Amino acid sequence: MLKTETITINMGPQHPSTHGVFRMVLTLNGETIVDLKPMFGYLHRGLEKTSESRTYLQAVPFTDRLDYICSMSNNFAYAVAVEKLAGIEVPLRAEYIRVIMAELTRLVNHMLAVGFLFNDLGAWYTPVVYAFRERERILDLFEMASGSRMMCNYIRPGGVAADLPAEFLPQLRKMIPHLENFVREIRFYLSDNEIFKARAVGVGFLPADMAVAYSITGPVLRASGVKYDVRKAEPYSIYDQFEFDVPTQVAGDVYARYLQRLDEMDESLKILRQAVERIPDGEYATKVPSRLRPPKGEAYARIEAPKGELGFYLVSDGSPNPYRWRNRPPSLINLSALREMCLGHKVADVVTILGSIDITLADVDR
Amino acid sequence: MTNEEILSKLKEAFPDVAIQVQTEETKDFTLIVPAERLVEVATHLRDHLGFDYLSDVTSVDYPDRFEVVYHLFSMKRGGGVLTLKVHLPDKEHPEVDSVTPIWPGANYQEREVYDLMGISFRNHPDLRRIMLWDGFPGHPLRKDFENRLYTYKELEPTRPKPPNW
Repeated sequence: MLKTETITINMGPQHPSTHGVFRMVLTLNGETIVDLKPMFGYLHRGLEKTSESRTYLQAVPFTDRLDYICSMSNNFAYAVAVEKLAGIEVPLRAEYIRVIMAELTRLVNHMLAVGFLFNDLGAWYTPVVYAFRERERILDLFEMASGSRMMCNYIRPGGVAADLPAEFLPQLRKMIPHLENFVREIRFYLSDNEIFKARAVGVGFLPADMAVAYSITGPVLRASGVKYDVRKAEPYSIYDQFEFDVPTQVAGDVYARYLQRLDEMDESLKILRQAVERIPDGEYATKVPSRLRPPKGEAYARIEAPKGELGFYLVSDGSPNPYRWRNRPPSLINLSALREMCLGHKVADVVTILGSIDITLADVDR
Repeated sequence: MTNEEILSKLKEAFPDVAIQVQTEETKDFTLIVPAERLVEVATHLRDHLGFDYLSDVTSVDYPDRFEVVYHLFSMKRGGGVLTLKVHLPDKEHPEVDSVTPIWPGANYQEREVYDLMGISFRNHPDLRRIMLWDGFPGHPLRKDFENRLYTYKELEPTRPKPPNW
């Protein structure tokens, strides 16, 4: 008698497509996925607990290590939260510097996301090396400003750690047209690739209502057609002073997420152009005591990080150490719809779908 | 919709529920809801007041209670946060209804609260530890958890071995 049964396989923890240590327990019917269970925690470092025994400023370097590709955005979100909690005013020049850094980080993240998506699809290291080449130029700028390429620790509560060096803005001005050209180049070479389209169009479909119910944020949400961006919905910093659009896609599949990232890079460059023109002179930081004691209270602040909504929930009991230090990671919560996106697809599509969500495992496990 | 409108509409819909506004010590609009009515209030917030997007579920350990904190936003309207809080005075066996049936996105975050703070959620579809392994001694985010270096020798026996890992 003919009999079929499902088999269970482990994808990961060491699997090249997960970009870290992440395990998915797949239940397969032949090649088709009937169930998927993600397993987390291989990289759990207990940053929330550790931060409770540090001062508010000492916790800034920890935020670098949440999502190590976008360390500037993480600093930014944490600084916004501490400022909301302690009621600190930030000078205008510092806000401009922050916006410049945040948008550069978005460019870095999206070009790597696109590059690694192609890596996962088997375009082994060619697109990603071009992405790395451009990323390297931006990291040079980060190093110029903060002294470090990846663990920048630059945006602090009250402002930024140091003023921009004199060469920074001319260099950035020169680079913006170059980066615009780079985005055009990606579109030209990759968007119409037949193999890519065969693997990406219609794969990993996520409808808009489901995306909202599953708390999906960032490019994945907007690729499903929901026009929601924290920069517009609840403007923080000085984002209400810039002109930019919130691009959305209709399809909600892997291909739409790829296009969405390219569109967002264009918008980031638009913001950068305005910021470089308008950045004023002045102070780069408000003096904040190193043992900052915010008044008793709590605050939740969030920003639009490259991967989605990055929030911090801080509770202060009036002492120099936070009573509760909670980070709302975009990567972990964007994974909550992974199972629904993968059901009915083949094993090879899991790799593509995971790549299109764009997670950093350090941000998932914290 | 202003905060006052949200509050008055909620009071209209639930005249018998003691919904408090936390006025001190918070920068956000905060409502404290009795734990046993949380699901009803949350469903009403989602269906009738437009708070369709649950951003964050977390918890705080205070000396006299646990607090589960929900941060809600509206995708349709945009705008600021509505913080929903539940007080759990039972420090021995804190338990609250899960909101995963309402917002499936709460799934992993509730598992995280269960894992790191030790609060159980009724009606959760898959309540397992998420970051730490089954058998890990204690819940690290509780204030009585000893924050020190744990050696490999100490923790290794608690770790599940294959094939049950």
